[in-house]
Amino acid sequence: MNTPFFEAQGIAKEFSGVPALSGIDLSLSTGEILGVIGENGAGKSTLIKIISGIYQPSAGRLLLDGAPVFMKTPLFAKRLGVSVVPQEFNLIGSLSVFENVFLGGELRKGVLLDKKAMREKTAALLSELGSSVSPGELVDNLSVAQKQLVEIAKAMVHESRLLILDEPTTVLTKEETAVLFTRMRSLKARGVAMIYISHKLAEVREICDRVMVMRDGEKISEDPASDMDEREMARRMVGRELTQIFPEKTVPREAPALEAAGLTSPKGVEDMTFTLHEGEILGVAGLMGSGKTALAETLMGLRQKSAGEVRIKGKEARIRRPKDAVLLNMAYLSEDRQGKGLVLGFDIPQNITLISLKNYCRGLIDKGAERKKAAEYVEAFNIKAASLDIELRRLSGGNQQKVYLSKWMDVSPEILILNEPTRGIDVNAKTEIYRFINSLARSGIACMVISSELEEIIGLCSRALVLREGRIAGEVSGEALNEESIMYLAAGLGAGKGTAQ
Amino acid sequence: MKKRFEFAKFAPLFALILLFVISSLTSPYFLNFRNITNILRQSSYTGIIGLGLTFVIIGGGIDLSVGSMVALAGGLAVMVLNAAGAGAMAIVWAVLAGLCAGALLGMVNGLIVTKGRIAPFIATLGTMSIFRSLTLYISNAGEFRSANDLYPELGSGYILGLPIPVWIFFLMAVGFHIILNNTRFGRYVCAVGANERVAEYSAIKIDLVKFLTYVLTGLSVAVSAILLSSRLNSLSSSNAGVFYELDAIAAVVIGGTSLSGGAGSVFGTVIGAVILGMINNMLNMVGVSPYLQGTVKGLVIIFAVLAQYKRKSN
Repeated sequence: MNTPFFEAQGIAKEFSGVPALSGIDLSLSTGEILGVIGENGAGKSTLIKIISGIYQPSAGRLLLDGAPVFMKTPLFAKRLGVSVVPQEFNLIGSLSVFENVFLGGELRKGVLLDKKAMREKTAALLSELGSSVSPGELVDNLSVAQKQLVEIAKAMVHESRLLILDEPTTVLTKEETAVLFTRMRSLKARGVAMIYISHKLAEVREICDRVMVMRDGEKISEDPASDMDEREMARRMVGRELTQIFPEKTVPREAPALEAAGLTSPKGVEDMTFTLHEGEILGVAGLMGSGKTALAETLMGLRQKSAGEVRIKGKEARIRRPKDAVLLNMAYLSEDRQGKGLVLGFDIPQNITLISLKNYCRGLIDKGAERKKAAEYVEAFNIKAASLDIELRRLSGGNQQKVYLSKWMDVSPEILILNEPTRGIDVNAKTEIYRFINSLARSGIACMVISSELEEIIGLCSRALVLREGRIAGEVSGEALNEESIMYLAAGLGAGKGTAQ
Repeated sequence: MKKRFEFAKFAPLFALILLFVISSLTSPYFLNFRNITNILRQSSYTGIIGLGLTFVIIGGGIDLSVGSMVALAGGLAVMVLNAAGAGAMAIVWAVLAGLCAGALLGMVNGLIVTKGRIAPFIATLGTMSIFRSLTLYISNAGEFRSANDLYPELGSGYILGLPIPVWIFFLMAVGFHIILNNTRFGRYVCAVGANERVAEYSAIKIDLVKFLTYVLTGLSVAVSAILLSSRLNSLSSSNAGVFYELDAIAAVVIGGTSLSGGAGSVFGTVIGAVILGMINNMLNMVGVSPYLQGTVKGLVIIFAVLAQYKRKSN
């Protein structure tokens, strides 16, 4: 093994006196992939921000090629070959691929932009990454996986030596993840070192050479990836043995809660017919763009339906906007808690009561009642927050998600649609949310769980719809509720076992 | 952490106190009670407009038409006043007419923005021109002169030593503060301005909320227009309310409300308006050319926004 070219020694960071990181050491040799895992709030993001020059450490130092280096800005770090592919894309949709790749570091010929050179360089970078995207294409027209490659290309404009990938596969399907891993391996072969952050432990085990586990701002362990199985990784992250992740499955009741017949929306829903029963947890699976979110948004009146009907408890429902759905006791936890779910500048009570605010009003808002209710949710959901008055943006992903869930529970729903309920949150919070969904179903609430994580669908649901290109490709339940038959249906490779269509 | 936030919240108030101290040191006449009430009166006209505008801006919009609206709503009020004959009852009719006109003009703005899906800046730039031109047309570019002897009482009278417009300004501020902080509507305005998408997904009728912010602004403008026309006992169709949109927006921004929406403070706007009034007053007292006063005002606005931006990036 060659000597490390990049080292971090005793990195610590405090935010207004509260330690977020302490004494972190790490080192990377060329062509090495280091996995960093930990629960939300373990300090992974802070560590990355220090390495990439967004934050300055309170103590400790970074060394590049053995010499101490001061990463004063992200651009400076990038010029030294240290760049980040962020979890949330930073691309401008109305600009073309090459304009995004060179954003902020445009090539010039005199005072004018050298578009030709930028196009060529972008094309070269993309072909190195094995992407066929044209440099002139608008980013808005790209798929999520393509956008990610553009982010990687952007990160590599300045000959990258250390590439940090923050949760890169959260938004990717299984196939797209496989493609990403191929690209990563070829970068590795060229000597690019990578730090790979993910909650998906199987992937970490697959792609990384070494795995570093963080907990509460400290480094817990660092071992070769081959020495640890996923169970062991999870155990170290949480600091205790994880008993069963999924609770025992529920048995649906007879009564239908929601029936859709021939449901169609011009925006991605084609002739969908299905029934959701009281007390059922119905899974909805499918690849990116298969109509999972479109289905949920059509049911909630966020997209207009053009044909078909929806019956709630046997009665035809006319849902033209979310308000109508809420009045029918429907709730929808969207897939994007920051973009569609929570007001990040509001505090916890304000967020929780945003939909149910009417219940707290007698002319004026009864702020005492609001806070009392919020405190109950904080307690019930084990939401970790310094105080109720904290702005939502200051909470970790898992805690934000719990607040988001509380917000919808406060309308006392009978039908609950959950879209990617555990996206980007840690194992502990995940388990808590699974248990909660399960207990809701037991109390008779009809739950629909939309997810791109098959494990979640299989572990949680008693039955699942598989969508493909806006249609229901099939339905699986019982024995047939397994990864293989879902993938078959989702990819359109003929009917899986036990389908009902 | 907590402390710094509190400081930021009260920054406009500290600026006001600082300005007060400087002004009282610069000119011996500044602390004169009469002078203080004059400043407050001057501030109240654009301040009242600013109160409504605070809601529009927190909701993520802007209203450039308020200056022209002052002339149109005020003009219509005076016309009704004259048509209703003499006596106190005529004033009641005029006030009602003015408020209705203001609400109606606000509705026009609200409809164009929500139903027409036109950016508020452009929509109200359009109505700014339309309202002014209608005012000029109705009055034949002349004056709306009141024929009612009692009417001036409203704008120039005093209660307990303070001018009536100042009382109305402060009372409205308290009311609007409660609306913003303690009612569903106020909460929804903040949510819509902070993240329209989140508001939509939270089953809030965002169009209705935005529409109402413009109506509220229309009503505030009407109050200001009535007080102004009553004080002068007339209203010039070409000059009334000119540049009021700038002063009102400036008051809101100086008061700490972010132009990008989502959060803001009604009392901040009151302070913003008083700061502007105080600056004008001080510049007059120390004899700065009136032509240069716009420059100072402009610098204050830029500085206020800059301070806000710095605060955010911390």
